[in-house]
Parts: sequence; structure tokens; C-alpha cells
Amino acid sequence: MRREGSPFRGLSTVFVKELADHLSSIRMLMLELLIVFTALAALYGAISSLRQNTAEDPFLLLRLFTIDKAPLPSFVAILGFLIPLMAIGLGFDAINSEHNRRTLSRILAQPIYRDALLMGKFLAALATIGISLAALWLLVIGLGLIFLGVPPGGEEIARSLVFLVVAIFYAGVWLSLAMLLSIVFRSPATAALVSLGIWLFLAVLWPMLAPALAQAIAPADPRYALLGLNDPATAIWTQELLRLSPNDLFGEAMLAVLSPTTRTLGPVFLDQLRGAVMGSPLPFGESVMIAWPQTVGLIAGTIVLFAFGYVLFQRQEVRA
Amino acid sequence: MRNQSTDSRGTAPDPVIAARGLTRRYGATAVVDGIDFDIARGEVFGLLGPNGAGKTTTILMMLGLTEISSGEVSVLGFNPAREPLKVKQRVGYLPDAVGFYDHLTAAENLAYTAKLMGLARAERARRIEAALARVGLAEVASKRVATFSRGMRQRLGLAEIIVKRAEIAILDEPTSGLDPQATQEFLGLIGELKAEGITVLLSSHMLDQVQRICDRVALFQGGRIVLMGAVPELAVKVLGAGFVVEVEADGLGIARRLAMIPGVIQVDTLGVDRFRMTAERDVRPDAARAVVTVGGDLRRLSIDEPSLEAIYARHFQIRPRGDVRHAA
Repeated sequence: MRREGSPFRGLSTVFVKELADHLSSIRMLMLELLIVFTALAALYGAISSLRQNTAEDPFLLLRLFTIDKAPLPSFVAILGFLIPLMAIGLGFDAINSEHNRRTLSRILAQPIYRDALLMGKFLAALATIGISLAALWLLVIGLGLIFLGVPPGGEEIARSLVFLVVAIFYAGVWLSLAMLLSIVFRSPATAALVSLGIWLFLAVLWPMLAPALAQAIAPADPRYALLGLNDPATAIWTQELLRLSPNDLFGEAMLAVLSPTTRTLGPVFLDQLRGAVMGSPLPFGESVMIAWPQTVGLIAGTIVLFAFGYVLFQRQEVRA
Repeated sequence: MRNQSTDSRGTAPDPVIAARGLTRRYGATAVVDGIDFDIARGEVFGLLGPNGAGKTTTILMMLGLTEISSGEVSVLGFNPAREPLKVKQRVGYLPDAVGFYDHLTAAENLAYTAKLMGLARAERARRIEAALARVGLAEVASKRVATFSRGMRQRLGLAEIIVKRAEIAILDEPTSGLDPQATQEFLGLIGELKAEGITVLLSSHMLDQVQRICDRVALFQGGRIVLMGAVPELAVKVLGAGFVVEVEADGLGIARRLAMIPGVIQVDTLGVDRFRMTAERDVRPDAARAVVTVGGDLRRLSIDEPSLEAIYARHFQIRPRGDVRHAA
């Protein structure tokens, strides 16, 4: 039985209302302050170490994103850690708070479909994150101009824009997950705890567990160990397992795009490198091609998790 | 006040809502079990029954907010399962314990739903102002809803229905949790809606309040409608009589004398000089005459409208149901 009428009716209204709510909320302010201050600390480290050896790096601006100065991690690494926190913060109470405030049935009694409510909330949160990341991106470029005094080239801007887009999709994965959990769990506290648990697991524990699992699945051949080499089978398994985590996908994509000398993200044999001019940067298009599978993975993760949430929300009872 | 439709089976001319065999099952349990009813334009129809009897589920099916397992319902000629947007454009719904966005003001809350209704900006502002004035919230229009009492929230919910200019207003437990004064005010507002020709469907478990404003009622029990019709008809059907007259008088053999009045079914002696008569019609003039005839002093003569509560109690007392379901 087909239903009549557009599923997008009311989408823009929900979007505008939710966006206004996010932008004016104290929660958002706190998350932004957290990200801006940690990012500034990382940038300060990067700038101070860059000023000491500005020699002849053609991608000075990109170095701002990737260089780290102990004990601070690089700007990109910090974002890889904090973007999920921001996305979870905006998504964990998307649907269950409407239930708990008893506004859900009143809103759904207006002439809109549930699609518009869910989609509007998702897009509004994503737009909020997009706005914050864009502001952060401008901040980096501005600071780069002021402290390094070198105007960025077109390719640098293009590469950093790719960073922005991939970061938004990376946020999308976590936002979809948080919203899915906000549909599954009626209590926002439970939804927040579970999403934060998944985030900590994937960001902190999984990088330690994946190599151990890979060892168990494909034990290293002792002959490689005798030669002091890694078993390629184990290395490939480790990498494949790591890639189950969106954090790893984001890290790999950023490595390919922001470090132009990156030629591959997987293990390579020496004969594959024959003829390569080591240390020379790849053209922009080639770097994007290297990052493409990871980006697609992030987009697919966003869509799959959103679709799960969509199906559950359509079937959910509206009464409290 | 009384509606033209007095058929106790509930068929009405020009029905705005018509349900046939409407059923909602969760697994093996039927929460709403094959109910039929018609609601005529402009009437106030009450869905009554204990919590969990299937009232809210019936309402949600009418709005297309929950699936219909079998049977069908048509609202203003539309099928809510297929054309929910058309139904929801014309029907206003005030949910049980309605909620609002606490950080927004009353006017902002209404503006959000008015936008979802698709009203243009100027029209929106005009309707919201008028609706808030009508429910008596004009002074607090720019206050945050967080400070509102339960009664004010209910009235704000009603204002939303007024903004929508709904043809049908569906109110789920509109007076539960309200203090007596707020209840009176709210029932008055419902009366105003009726006067404008809006069809009102309300669910409640507060029988006495509903009795005052409903043209017809449907009593729910375990997902079925067990009784339907206007309250006086139901009284005749269930209690066997529509009127209860109490007489306070002394005099010899009054009880016997009262029992002889035509139309009187039963006379109970409540005290030395107090009697309760159950009758098919208003027998007060005859009772007064009877007291005077025996030379007694008539001190009080009062009539009770048949009470829905009595009907309800009597109905389930006479026909106790063995298979009372525990509906979700």
C-alpha cells in the first residue's frame, strides 16, 4: 500500500528549527570551545615547530594539519578524536527527547511524515558540525597566513577542502550512530553512554585489539620473524580489521590527502616501488584516488546507519 | 444540544469518521478488536473506558500514526493509512499529557507547528494571536513554556488545533490531571468548539465530566465497544429507567402511593421520610401531587440525571466479562 504525499514536506521547517536549537544551545557552545581550544593548542605546536625549519616544503599549509610536536598530537589526529564526540553530543537525544518531552505525537499529528522529522534533525546536526568545521578550517588557514607568512597555493586549498568534506562525512557516521541509538533507547542517558562506549572502543581499544586478532587469525610465519620482517598476511589482516573503525578510515584518508608524498595506504613490496621517485609528491587527483575508498566507506557507513535508524523509527510506536 | 442521530448502534447521517471492523493487534493480543462506529459532523463524541481499553490506539489509527491490522476507517472521506497528510491537515490532535519545547515561548511553539501545517507567515501570525487570545494565553504568549502549568499546556494544545482550523478535534484525556477550575475552563472551551460546528472526539476515563459535554459516547472494554449511544438512551437501556427522583416528605403510606404513579418502576425507602423513585419519565409533578393527597409535608423533591457512572457500573455488574484482556 503506497502512501500519498511527499516525504519531504516540512523538512525545511524541521531543519531550520533544529539548526537554530543547536546553534543557540549551551551544549553546542561547550563542544565548540573544547574543539577550538584543543585545536589551537595543536596548531600552536605545529606552528612553533614549522618556524624552526621552513626550508623548502612546498606544502607548508598542509603541514599545519599533520605535524605534531610532543606531547600534543597533530591537528588532524585531535579532530579524528573529537569529531565523534561532537556528533554524539548532537545526536544522542534526537528522537528519545521528543518522546520524553511528549512532543513527538503532537509534531507527527501535523501534516508531515516521520521522514521529514528524522531527516531534518540529521541534516541540521550535520550542518551544525559542517559550520563549526568550516570555521575551524578558516581558523587554520588564517593562522597559517599570520604566523608562517606564506600564502597557500591552489592545490593546498583544494587538499584542505577535501579534508573538510571527508571530516563532515566522518561526523555523519557518528551522527547516524548516535541518532540510531536515540531511537533504540528511550532514555537519552543510556543512548549517550552506549554511543560514547562505542566511540571509546573504536578509538582507543580497537587499535590495540586489531593486531592481536590479526595474530590469532593469521599467525606470523616464523621465517619472516627470523628475517626481522613482518608477515604480510598478518599485516594485511591487521589493516583490514582496523579499517572497520571509522576513525581509521578517516585517519587513512587524511594521510593520503594531506601528506602528498603518501603513495599507498597498505603494505607494499619493494618491487612495487621500482621506478618511484621517493619523497616526491603525488598530483592532487592521485591523492584523492588513494583516499577515495576510505571516503566511500565513511559515506556508506553514514547511509547504512541512517537507514537502520529510519526503518526502526518508521516502525516505532509514537505513544509514550 | 441533542444530535439528530439517536440510533444506539451509532449510524449517523453524513459521518465524518466511519470505522468498520477496526482492529489493531500486537502479536496475538488485539488491543482494538473489530470496532464499528460513525461520528456525525458537529457532534461531541466520547470514547470512554478504563486505561488500556484501546482508546488511544483507536485515535492513533484514525491519524495514521499506528498501523491498522485489519478493518478500515475513513476520516473526512480519506483513508488515514494511505493519505495521512490529508487527514492530518484537517484534523487537530491534542495528545494525552501534551508536551511542548520548554525553551521556546508559547507563540514560538505554535509558530513551529503552524509552519509544519504550511501556513504563510502573515496568516500564521494572525491565527496564532487570535488562538492564544481565545484560550486565554495572550498575556503569556512570549513566556517560555517551561513556566506553564498543566492547565495552560492543555489550553496551548487546544490553541494549536484552533490555529489549524481543524474540522475535527481529537482530544485524548484532555482533563486528566487538571484541577477543578481548570477542568471547567477547558470543558467550556470544548463547548465553544462545538458551537463553531467542529466535530469533537474526546477520550476519557472521567465519566462524569464527559457526560456533561458529550452528545454520544462509546464505552470501551478490552478493545471492544460494549455500549454506544446518547447517555439518556443508555440509561434506559442499562438501568431500565432514565430518571431518579428523590422525595423527602412524611405522611402515611407515601411509599405505596408513590409506587402507584404511572411510569415509576421502583421505589426505595432510604430513611424514615426519604424515598428514591426510579422512573421512565420525569415524575416530579405526580410525586408532589401524591404527597399532598396523603396530607404529608413535602420538604424536598430532587431529580438526578442518569449518571454515566451508574450505567457503567451496572453494565459490568450485570454482565461480568470473564475474558477481560490486559491491553497494552
